[in-house]
Parts: sequence; C-alpha cells; structure tokens
Amino acid sequence: MRIQPLGDTALLAELSTRLDTAINTRAIALATALKKRRDVRQAIAGYASVTVHFDPEQATHDSLGAAIKRLAAKRPPMAEPGRLHRIPVTYDGPDIAEVGERLQLSREKIIEIHSRPIYRVFLVGFVPGWAYLGPLPDELVLPRREIPRTQVPAGSVAIAARQSGIYPLPTPGGWHLIGRTSVKLFLPDSDPPCLFRAGDRVKFFSAQS
Amino acid sequence: MDRFAHSAANLLVGNDPGLATLECTLTGPTLIAEHACLVAITGADFDPRVNGAPAPAWTSLFLAPGDRLSFAGRREGARTCIAVAGGFEADRWLGSLSTNLMAARGGMHGRPLRAGDSLAVAGDVRKTLGAGRRVPEQLRPAYSDHTLHAIAGPHLKRLDPDSRALLFQASYKLSSNSDRIGYRLEGPRLAVTGEELLSFGLVAGAVQVPHSGQPILLMADHQTAGGYPVVATVVSASLPIAAQLLPGDELRLEVITVESAQKMRRARAASLETIRSAET
Repeated sequence: MRIQPLGDTALLAELSTRLDTAINTRAIALATALKKRRDVRQAIAGYASVTVHFDPEQATHDSLGAAIKRLAAKRPPMAEPGRLHRIPVTYDGPDIAEVGERLQLSREKIIEIHSRPIYRVFLVGFVPGWAYLGPLPDELVLPRREIPRTQVPAGSVAIAARQSGIYPLPTPGGWHLIGRTSVKLFLPDSDPPCLFRAGDRVKFFSAQS
Repeated sequence: MDRFAHSAANLLVGNDPGLATLECTLTGPTLIAEHACLVAITGADFDPRVNGAPAPAWTSLFLAPGDRLSFAGRREGARTCIAVAGGFEADRWLGSLSTNLMAARGGMHGRPLRAGDSLAVAGDVRKTLGAGRRVPEQLRPAYSDHTLHAIAGPHLKRLDPDSRALLFQASYKLSSNSDRIGYRLEGPRLAVTGEELLSFGLVAGAVQVPHSGQPILLMADHQTAGGYPVVATVVSASLPIAAQLLPGDELRLEVITVESAQKMRRARAASLETIRSAET
C-alpha cells in the first residue's frame, strides 16, 4: 500500500492499481472504519484507494498513515451484498452504431452483452449522482472518445474502457453513449442525494423487450 | 473560495466562522440596510463605500437603517466577502449553507442573488460588538504575491524529469476557462507517462495533469473524484491567495515540505484566533 500526502490536511492511501471487486470491497471497508475516528473528517473510497481528510490539530500524515496500515491489515468485516437496482434502458444512443462498427458487433449483440452482467457500483462521485459501474465485459471495451462532447444529455447510458455509467445531469463527457434511461440518479432532496451507493449492484435491461 | 476572508469577516462581526456570508465575484452589490446592523468586508478590494463615502475593508462597520453599502470598483483580487452580525439566512443543503448552482440547492434557493432580493439575518446577535474592530495588515493574506506553495503530489513521478522541473519553475497563466470548480493553467506543456489511473477522491488545491499536458488547479467546487494524475497539491494556507486570482494572472508553484505547510496553516489559524479574541 502507498500512502502519500494530498496537501497538508489529507492523504491518499492506494491499496492497488487494479480494477477488482475484492480490492474495492476492502477500500470501502477501510473508509467506513476511518470515518469512525475522531481525527478523520471524511474518508472517500475510490476504486482501489481511500482519500482521507483529517483534522490537523489531532493527527499528522505519519500518525494517520500508521493507523491506516493497522486498519488495512485487519480482515475486513463480511461485506453485505449491496442493494440491487434494475435499470430500464432504451438502447438508441448516438454512438451505438459507431461502437458496433468498431467492435464488429450488431446492435442486438451490444444490448445482449451490456445487459448481461450484474455491475458493481465501485464509487460514486465526479458530478452529483454519477456512479462508476463495472467491470464491463471485455467484448465492449473501447477507449474514451477522442474528442469529448461538451454536453451530454441527462439519463445517457455510456461505456468507456472497463466501465459503464449513467450521466445524472447534463455535463460534458467523453464516454460512448449507447442508450438512455428515465431513472433519476440524482435526488437533491433525499439524503443521501444519490440513488446508487458504493457497493450497490446494477442490472440493465432493454426497455423495448 | 477564500476561506480566510470568509472566516475573518464573520469573526469581525462576532459570528462563528462558519455562518453564511456573501461572496461577490469581480463586482460588488449595492445593499440597503433595512435595520441597523454590523457588517464587515474582507477579501478582494472593490473599494467599499457607505452612502458614497469610502469605508474601510477588514473592519467592522455599523450601518443605520437606510444606509447604502456599495462598491466603487475592483482594485485588487477577484472575490470580496460580506458578513453581517447574526449571519445571512440561507438554505442548508447536505450540511452546508453554500450555494450549489449545478444542483440548484443551498444559499438563496440555489441561485445567485439578483436585484430586489431581500436578505434576512439568520440568528440572534449573541455578542454585541462595536464597530471599528480591524484586522491589521500583517494578519491578512499577501494577495499580491502570486506564489502558491504546494506539496509534491502522489503522482509527481508520472511526469518526466524535465516536466517535473518545469512544474515548479515555470510561470503559469490562469486561462479564461476557469471557475469555482477549477483553474486551467496555461504554460509549458507537461508530459505524463504511464497507464491511466483508477479514479480516486480529490481535494481542493490538487493540481491535475490531463492528457493535454496543461495542468488544472482544483478549487472549492471541484468534482469529488477523478482519474488524472495529481502532481502537486496547493497547501491550505495558499488557497485564499489562489481564490483571489483572475483569468490572465500569472502564478508560480513553489514546492515546500509537509512540515512547512503545517507551520503556514498554524500561522493562518493563529491570525484568525487573534481576530476572534481582539477587543474593540
């Protein structure tokens, strides 16, 4: 594990550089344990890391780094399976034809592959309501678009590298848009304001079938 | 954005440092006092006036009913801060009184203020403080020195050696494409090596380098997670200086140790404590 300063009141603990469900489970468990400490203001689990904001009156990078190593060495508690969300998708995104051409797949095949797995919510972040879902089946892996769009409509279902995601708000974006959903991911008047939480599971299904 | 100015303005009028203040970017509003109140103006210098006459910044001011607080024009910095004794009334969202324009929540119903709005004082004024409390010059951030101190970032080694040296030597200019989320920095292109990173939690002050090689300094409204390498992090004591920069301003990053950064942070905290405990 690499633990390094992220400014004078935070640090980044990197558990691994791999996209892996077991490592992500450890990262979430470590963040949960760290949030209970009085010297920790906030702990955010990434794919395979934890970003820890601490109270500099109560902790230093060194003291907290040592505590993180002790916590990480413990066996994490058995993670409960996250909630399962079933998300209807209309697979008519503006990039589905191009994705099919580049991967030599028919539209039907893309739908079948994309809606086959139960995805894991690795982390929630970027913009309010966004969740990084994965792993995407290898057959659909493509790098991000060369030129990102300046505006992606809310509800767009997208893929990039080994990930899938849904744009919760109209934002710029560089992922391939393969469909859209009417499910609202950002719920500003709920607490927490995001439908998905880290560790949840997501199953897509074709809304036309 | 400028947490020091925000806290100092609150403390000058006897508030807790976390109460809502007004952040005014580039131009200030004209405010008319409907009731007698104690206010303070800190941060950027927009030439504050009370009933047209110059009024001191970084000083608590008494406004009588009908008094008009206005600003003649920007002289230095980007964001001025106005506090009122008792704090401005604001919507609380996710534990914060600040405005999130993207979500349209917090502050004044999630939107910028507009002419005709009526601003209420949130709470009882607990301590009755007199006007004329002042933050001496030496306790204020040195806004005119655009050197931002930074700690080496977790992914600094992803820059090739030439770029690593450039990062802390070159002068960068704030692009016009800069806002409360982040500042795009124009200057020598930095070369990043290695594979794409997995996304991780970010902090204000992080200096990211995307594929373009033009660094981005994340500010108060930054995204919570991202995957670009973080090559440096501007320290908390330098963020108020960064908050007062404008597109076109030149800045330089100076690398310091964690220990120096802690010392600078404690000095800022001590300045606020002096303001809090100062007698009129």
